[in-house]
Amino acid sequence: MAFYFVQFLTGLASAASLFLVASGLSIIFGVTRIVNFAHGAFYMLGAYVAFTLTERFSGALGFWGGIVVAALIVAIIGVLVEMVLLRRIYHAPELFQLLATFGLTLMVQDIVVMIWGPDDLLGRRAPGFKGAVDFFGQNIPSYDLFLIALCPIVLGILWLLFQRTRWGVLVRAATQDRDMVAALGVNQKWLFTSVFALGVFLAALGGALQIPRDAVHHALDLRIIVEVFVVVVIGGLGSIIGAFVAAVLVSELNAFGILIFPKISIILVFLVMAVVLIVRPWGLFGKPEAAARRTPGLTVTPWRPLTSGERLMSLGALVLAAMMPLFAGNYALTVGSEIAIFVIFAASLHFLMSVGGLASFGHAAYFGLGAYGVAFLAKAAGLPMIVSLLLGPVLGLLGAAIFGFFAVQLSGVYFAMLTLAFAQIVWSIAFQWVEVTGGDNGILGVWPERWAASPANFYWLSLGITALVVTVLRVMVFSPFGFALRATRDSPLRSEAIGINGKRVQWTAFVISGTVAGIGGALFAYLKGSVFPDSVGISLSVDALVMVLLGGVETVSGAVIGAIVFKAANIWLVSQTDLSKLVLGGFIVLMVVAFPKGIVGTLETIRNRRRSADTKSALATSRIEVAE
Amino acid sequence: MSMVPTLLKVEGLSKSYGGVHAVRSVSFELRAGEILALIGPNGAGKSTCFDMLNGQNMPDSGRIHLLGEDTVGRKPRAIWRLGVGRTFQITATFPTMTVRENVQVALVSYGRQLFNFWGSTAAYAREEAGRLLDLVGMGAYAERPCGELAYGDLKRLELAIALANQPRLLLMDEPTAGMAPRERIELMRLTASIAREQSIGVLFTEHDMDVVFEHADRILVLNRGSLIAEGSPEEVRGNPQVRAIYLGEGLVYDARHREGAGA
Repeated sequence: MAFYFVQFLTGLASAASLFLVASGLSIIFGVTRIVNFAHGAFYMLGAYVAFTLTERFSGALGFWGGIVVAALIVAIIGVLVEMVLLRRIYHAPELFQLLATFGLTLMVQDIVVMIWGPDDLLGRRAPGFKGAVDFFGQNIPSYDLFLIALCPIVLGILWLLFQRTRWGVLVRAATQDRDMVAALGVNQKWLFTSVFALGVFLAALGGALQIPRDAVHHALDLRIIVEVFVVVVIGGLGSIIGAFVAAVLVSELNAFGILIFPKISIILVFLVMAVVLIVRPWGLFGKPEAAARRTPGLTVTPWRPLTSGERLMSLGALVLAAMMPLFAGNYALTVGSEIAIFVIFAASLHFLMSVGGLASFGHAAYFGLGAYGVAFLAKAAGLPMIVSLLLGPVLGLLGAAIFGFFAVQLSGVYFAMLTLAFAQIVWSIAFQWVEVTGGDNGILGVWPERWAASPANFYWLSLGITALVVTVLRVMVFSPFGFALRATRDSPLRSEAIGINGKRVQWTAFVISGTVAGIGGALFAYLKGSVFPDSVGISLSVDALVMVLLGGVETVSGAVIGAIVFKAANIWLVSQTDLSKLVLGGFIVLMVVAFPKGIVGTLETIRNRRRSADTKSALATSRIEVAE
Repeated sequence: MSMVPTLLKVEGLSKSYGGVHAVRSVSFELRAGEILALIGPNGAGKSTCFDMLNGQNMPDSGRIHLLGEDTVGRKPRAIWRLGVGRTFQITATFPTMTVRENVQVALVSYGRQLFNFWGSTAAYAREEAGRLLDLVGMGAYAERPCGELAYGDLKRLELAIALANQPRLLLMDEPTAGMAPRERIELMRLTASIAREQSIGVLFTEHDMDVVFEHADRILVLNRGSLIAEGSPEEVRGNPQVRAIYLGEGLVYDARHREGAGA
């Protein structure tokens, strides 16, 4: 019994940091409507800065002062970020906000390694809380007891701040209706900045307070942000009480889940999240969101199928690509195969994100499931390559069918957070279930059969499948189903009123998209000859988002062009610099701020402008003629 | 009149939020080809009533018989399948499609082709979409992006979409809100002529009394959730309770009270 009680207390102690970070995220979202992906990065920065300060200054004052000063320093960094970056994108679609803050996260990862090095850092124990308390023969670290006490204190302070101060009243008012608050003459800019500073302060404090419990390392950001997303999805975005309750719930589930399923304790959290989402889609303490801003929402130019000339050009490009083995070497062909595979991956996300308006932040899950599917079939079952290639993606399909069912119950940022959390669950399984997946060592020796083994043959195979998949998806975009999907995206109200079952349409699209991603993953497994948990990782999911964004979210061909350009640049970049994350992150931020329409979108705009200029001048001439 | 079938029969419809009775025990009928206006001051319960008929809101009690079926608890899309067209107070269309495509999507749904993955939507029911657009006077705009339309044209497009399932009943929530006076009259004239020609029943809410009295065959007056008057435009115009509400003589409370006592 004592053991379970101590386990319970350990859970409560873990909840402290989680609550601090989640409440910060919630407060920022409540007022600015931005889901700050970089919140994990601020948490990690808090830990690193606190590590440096507490190492430098000794004694109780040095430690506790160091923790608070670290959080303040990071809050100031947060203010700079808000003023320089976020102010430019408050009115952008939420997908862009998520991506920009993710770009920041990437940059921080490289910066942190540059300053503090890649090794784990072990922080000091807290003065006054170094020992442990004996509880019926079980030890409880006294620092855990301190954290358990801190959690309700912070909640109380936040409550007082929001209920009893003028600033708190303004924040609550802005959470309910920011336009009204602005109309009443409140300086929104500084309100937003101060709210962001508070949120970042809480995140950094959460990170700083973890150093006596946990090593500081450069992967902390993604680990915490996924947990925080789960917490806010369960508790409800914008609710501090919700963040508190859900943080405790998730931490306890983790603490006890580890006893029941030692390998995959995250399953338990997932089950609870699924139940909450079915019963209360907007979280335990959240409020139903008003209709989201239309995604993506930059232009209104209707999509057109390719003209016969454009079709001929695409065919020409394909023939040209197919001629590559005649003059290119083996390395170039392998790169070519990889690019083709990523075209499939990007096209699959495009179908869900651009056509369906559902921006998945965890699309790598289905890509990776396809890859693992092939690995299981080829290695464990020993099936021939053709059969594995055909059946491997079925695992992606199944994953998409299960996760997609829950994900499409939500939309907008909730959808993005949920898909990310799902992908992370798949990643944890791939990473932790060593007996089946090989864990970090992956599954090796998934080589193509003789007929497809040469780089040229594999390239042709990849190119052929890519051409087929892209064509099929394109046909679907303009099929009645594609229109039903776009209708659901454009106006849920109207599509329901003309008999469209939006959730079913979106679920179907999710399954299609996941299956296609699985096809890409299946090829990828054969290209690399192996499968690792990286194929399910967040960075791969974000690569896909960037490819679609780079090509142009609101175009039909954007994904293809974006994938080719991005992948080629990425392969080149990795060979040139160690700071590829910094460059990529900076590139994402820049693109969101300066170039939101992407390559194809920008080209189309230029073409349309020229066309309308032509018609205008033609109109002008005809008027002059009439006048004469 | 008794030969004309009843499209909609509402009995004892009630809905309250907390202690507020948004709609209380409202009953009425609507026959094919009839144009029925639901009027009342702000907060009278018109929209709540409408949302319950449309399936967006669940009544606390009461019965709704639409085209012979009990529709309480059914989803809007199921009600649409019964043959009910709907327009919204603030237009809801598909801004990233062309005008024609907007109508085609509705036709795709009506033809149960939503899960057709291989066909071409552009070719699907092209003429039918054009015919519907011509009917509402939007034929010339068929290839225009819907996002570029003026508000009055969007209202017409919505009407075309609402007619796509060959409805027997149209539910129109403030069909002329936000339009210029001349456009209002044109749109309602158009709606009335289509309804009469095809024998479609129309139930609409409206604030503009000129529109109501010119086009409605019958008028229902709601006040504070209760039906206080029902009849032809002339009858309603002469009704002292209605006059009291609209002219604000301070008799509103008494009027409601008396109605409640009489019922």
